[in-house]
Amino acid sequence: MNRPVRRVALAVMIMVVALLANITYVQVVMAGQYRDDPRNQRSQIDEYSRQRGQITADGQVLAQSVESDGRLRFARQYPEGPAFAPITGFLSTVYGKGALERSADDVLNGTDDRLFVRRLSDLITGRDPAGGNVLTTIDPEVQRVAYEGLESRGYTGAVVALEPQTGAILGMASTPSYDPNRLASPDPKDQQEAWKEYNNAELNPLTNRAISEIEPPGSTFKLVTTAAALQNGYTPESRLTAARNIQLADSTTTLENYNGTPCGSGDTASLREALARSCNTAFAQLGEELGADKLRAQAEAFGIGRSDLQIPMPVGASQVGPMSDVPSTQQSAIGQRDVRLTPMQLAMIGGSIANGGQTMAPHLIKEIQSATLDPVDTTEPDRMARSMPPDVAGTLTDLMLGSEERTQGGGKITGVRIASKTGTAEHGENPKSTPPHAWYVAFAPAEDPKVAVAVLVESGGDRGAEATGGSVAAPIGRSVIAEALRDAQ
Amino acid sequence: MARDSSAAASPTGRGIELVMLALAAVLTTGALVLVEANQEQSLTTDLLFVGLAYLVLFSLAHVAVRKLAPYADPLILPSVALLNGLGLVMIHRLDLAYAAQAELRGRPAPSELIGAQVTWTVAGLVLFAAVLFFVRDHRTLARYGYTAGFVGLVLLALPAVLPSSISEVNGARLWIRIPGGPGIQPGEFVKILLIIFFSAYLVQKRNLLSTAGRRFLGMELPRARDLAPLLAAWGLSVAIMVFQRDLGSSLLIFGLVLVLLYTATERISWMVIGLSAFAVGATIAYQLFGHVRVRVQIWLDPFEDYEGGGFQLAQALFGLGTGGVGGTGLGAGRPDLVPFAETDFIFASLGEELGLIGLAAIMLVYLVLITRGLRSALAVRDSYGKLLATGLSFSVALQIFVVIGGVTKLIPLTGLTLPFLSYGGSSLLANYALVAILLRISHVARAPLPQRPAQPRAPIAEASTELVQRPDPANRRGGTTPTPAGEPGPAPSGPGPAGPGPSGPGPSERGRSDHS
Repeated sequence: MNRPVRRVALAVMIMVVALLANITYVQVVMAGQYRDDPRNQRSQIDEYSRQRGQITADGQVLAQSVESDGRLRFARQYPEGPAFAPITGFLSTVYGKGALERSADDVLNGTDDRLFVRRLSDLITGRDPAGGNVLTTIDPEVQRVAYEGLESRGYTGAVVALEPQTGAILGMASTPSYDPNRLASPDPKDQQEAWKEYNNAELNPLTNRAISEIEPPGSTFKLVTTAAALQNGYTPESRLTAARNIQLADSTTTLENYNGTPCGSGDTASLREALARSCNTAFAQLGEELGADKLRAQAEAFGIGRSDLQIPMPVGASQVGPMSDVPSTQQSAIGQRDVRLTPMQLAMIGGSIANGGQTMAPHLIKEIQSATLDPVDTTEPDRMARSMPPDVAGTLTDLMLGSEERTQGGGKITGVRIASKTGTAEHGENPKSTPPHAWYVAFAPAEDPKVAVAVLVESGGDRGAEATGGSVAAPIGRSVIAEALRDAQ
Repeated sequence: MARDSSAAASPTGRGIELVMLALAAVLTTGALVLVEANQEQSLTTDLLFVGLAYLVLFSLAHVAVRKLAPYADPLILPSVALLNGLGLVMIHRLDLAYAAQAELRGRPAPSELIGAQVTWTVAGLVLFAAVLFFVRDHRTLARYGYTAGFVGLVLLALPAVLPSSISEVNGARLWIRIPGGPGIQPGEFVKILLIIFFSAYLVQKRNLLSTAGRRFLGMELPRARDLAPLLAAWGLSVAIMVFQRDLGSSLLIFGLVLVLLYTATERISWMVIGLSAFAVGATIAYQLFGHVRVRVQIWLDPFEDYEGGGFQLAQALFGLGTGGVGGTGLGAGRPDLVPFAETDFIFASLGEELGLIGLAAIMLVYLVLITRGLRSALAVRDSYGKLLATGLSFSVALQIFVVIGGVTKLIPLTGLTLPFLSYGGSSLLANYALVAILLRISHVARAPLPQRPAQPRAPIAEASTELVQRPDPANRRGGTTPTPAGEPGPAPSGPGPAGPGPSGPGPSERGRSDHS
C-alpha cells in the first residue's frame, strides 16, 4: 500500500506548489494592481495618523488639522463654520467625508500623484509625511455676504458667484447650513448627535443646494430662449404678441403673464420689451416658433444636461425635459414644465453671456500646494461650449440691462450697471398655492463684467405667495455683486 | 525515557520535539511583540509571561506525548504548536483592530475573541492528551469503524434536523448550539469519524474490491454488494453537505474518500472514476443551484460584483496585494477590512501582514505536518494504520488547499476553516484529536518491536516487494504486532552486530523507508 501513499504525498506536494505559485501571482505579479485599486482602502493612508492638509481661501484658513492629545493624533477644525461648509465639507470618523474634504481627499491626505516627489523626499529624510494644501478660488468676503444674505433673512436657498472669464467660483453659499466642526468632533457621540439632528431636519442642511438641487428656473430661463432667438433671425425689435394670456397650442391650458397684465401698451411688443417685462405670452410664442430642437441646442451650449460636471464636487445635471409637443415647448420656453436648473448652472449662463458667449467650466480649486505651501499645480481655466457669438452676447447684455431697470427690490449700486434677469417659478404639486421660487441671475459691470451671480430663494423666502425674483432674490444678488466689485477694485 | 537497552538505540526524538517547541514559542512570542509594537501598545514583561505560558502549555502536551507515545514523530507537535500560536497572535491582533474600529465609530468594543480561542486551545490540548491516553493502539479504532460511521452521519445530519434557532449561524445550518453554552460545528468531527470508518471498511474489503468484479472499459469494477455500503455512506455524507450548502466540507469528504479508495485498492481507475464523477456532479450542481453559479462567478471575477458577493474576496485580494512579498509587518496592516478575517479569511490576514515570505513559511509548516503524517503511513506496519494516517494527513492537505485556494482565487471559494489558524473551537478540538491519532500511529510505527528470539533476517531482495498483506485486521488482537509470516518485516531492532550505529535513526524506520 506504500506506492499509493507515496503518490498521495506527491499529489500533496503538487497542491502546495500550485498554492504557492498562485500566491506568488497574487502577491507579486498582481500586487501593484490590487494595491493601487481605488477601492482598496488600504492605499488611503490613515487620515488620522498624519497631518492632513489645509483648505484655504485668500490667506484665510477654512479647514486645518491640529495636533491633539486624544486617541486621534490630529483633530480637524473649521474656523469659518457653517458659512463655508458647502465648500470645505466635513471629515467625520463615523460618517466619512463631504465636499472638498471628499473630492480633494487625495491631495489633503498626501496620496495624490502630484505630491509624489514630495512624498518621496519625506520618505528619504524621515520627515513626518503631511498632506498637501488646497487653495480655493473663494473670495471669503463674497462668501460671507452671500451666506449672510440668505441666513439673516431665514431663507432656504443658494448663491453662486463666478468670475465670468475663468469660471473661478468666488462664492457658493447654501442655507440652511451645518457646522462641520460638530461632525469632525473627536468624540464620536457628538458626531452621532449632530448627524442625527441634521438628517432629521425638515430641510437637510447637509445638502449643498447650489450644486445638488435642481429647481424650475422660471423666467431666468428666458435668457436661454432669447439667446436662441437672437441667433435665429430675431432682433431686439422683433414683434411678439402682447396678449395678457394665450391658449397653448393643441390644448385648453391658458398661459398668462405675471398678474395677468398685457405686455406694454400695444397689440405687439418688441423682444426687448418682452424680456424687460418678462412677458410669458411673448416667450411662449418664441418657444413655439423656435421649436424644441433649437431651444435644446442652446441649453446644451450653456452646459445644461451635462452630468459630468465637477468643481471638483459633482454638479447635479440640469435639464430642459423632453419637450415632446408644442405646449410643453411653449411652457419650457418660460422655464416651467420640466426645465430644472441648479443655481450653479444659472450662474454659468450668466457668466457665459458676460464672457462674450464663451461658457467656462466652474472650478473651486485655484491651486494645490505642498505641505510647505509651494505651488504644485494650478487650475487652468477650462472652456466649455460657446453659447453665442460675442455680438449676440453684447445684444443680450443690452436687453438684460433693460430687465434690471424694471426689476424692483433694494440694493441697487450707484454707478454700476448690472445686467440681470429675475425669475419667479411655480413649483410643487399645487403650483398656484405654493409660494414660488425666487431667482435672480446677474453680472456686472455690464461693460466689463467682473462677477456673475445666481441666487435662488426657495418657496418665496419670507414673502410667501407674493414673492418675486426681484423682491426676494435680487437684493441678495446685488449685495454679493457689490462685495465682489469692492474687492476687484 | 530509556526504558531498556533496546530503546536507547532507537532515539525517541522527544528531545528534538522539546527544542522545536521552544523555537515555536520564541517565534510566537516574537510575533506577539511585533503586533504590540506596531499597534503602539505598551511593551511590558507581561508579553514574556504570555510566551512562557504558551511554552508551558505545549510542554505539558509534550510531557503527555513523552508518557503516552514516546516514539511519536517529533516534528508534528511543534508544527501544530507554531500554527496554533500564530493563529492566536493573529486573532489577538484582529481583536485590537476591531476595538480600534469600534472606538473610531463610537460603538461599544466587540467582545474579544482571543479569550475563547485560548480556552479552546487548552481544551484542544486536553482532548489531545485524552485521545493519546485512551487510544493506546490505533488499531482499536478499527473495531469501532461502523459505529464511527454511524455517529458521523448522525452528527452530520443533526444540524439540518434541529430547529434553526439551534443550528443556524450566518445562514448556514452547520451548528449544534447548547443554549447558553458554546456552539459545536459537528462537521469538523465528522471528518475524522468518517476517516475512521472508511479506513476500517476498506481494509476489510480491499481484497474484494480490487479482485472480484467485472471488467469494464479496461477497468476492473468491484461487485455492487462490496461497494454498496461505501457508496451509500459516501453519497449520503456528500448529499447532506450539499443540502446544507456546505460545499467546502462536501468537497473535502468526497476527495478524502477517493484518496482512501485509491490507497486501499492501488487502482488508479478509482481516481479516474471519481474525478469524472466530480466533473459531472460539479456541472450538474452548477446548472441546478444558483448559489453554486454565484460562487463560480465570484471566482472568475470578484470585482464584477464588488459591492455584493465579490466584496469579501476582493478585499482579501487587496489585502494580499498590499502585503506583497514582505508584508506590511504584523500589526501594521488593515486585515480587519476583510469580512470574517479571523475565520475563513485568516490566511488573507496573515498574507497582508507577513507577505509572500510569511505565507510560504506557513505553507511549509503545513507541508511538514502533512508529510510527517504520510511518512508515518509509510512506516507503520499495518494496513489500517496506513489508511488511517493517509486519510488524516490528506484531509489536512485537502482542507488547506480548499481554504487557501479559495481565499487566493485559485479555486472557487467554499467555506472551511484553516486547521489550527482559524478562530473556532470545533475546528481546534477536532484537529487536535486528529493530530493525537496521527501521533499515535507514528508512535506505533517508530517504536521498537518487542524483543524476541532473533529471527533470520530476510534477504534484502525480498524487501522490495509489497510489505503489508493482511486479510482482515479485525481478526487480529490489538496490542501486539506479530509479524505475519512471509512479510519481510523490519529487522528486529536492537543492537545487532550488523545493525546501524546508535546515532542513526531508528532501525525500524530506516529499514522501512529504504525498502518500501
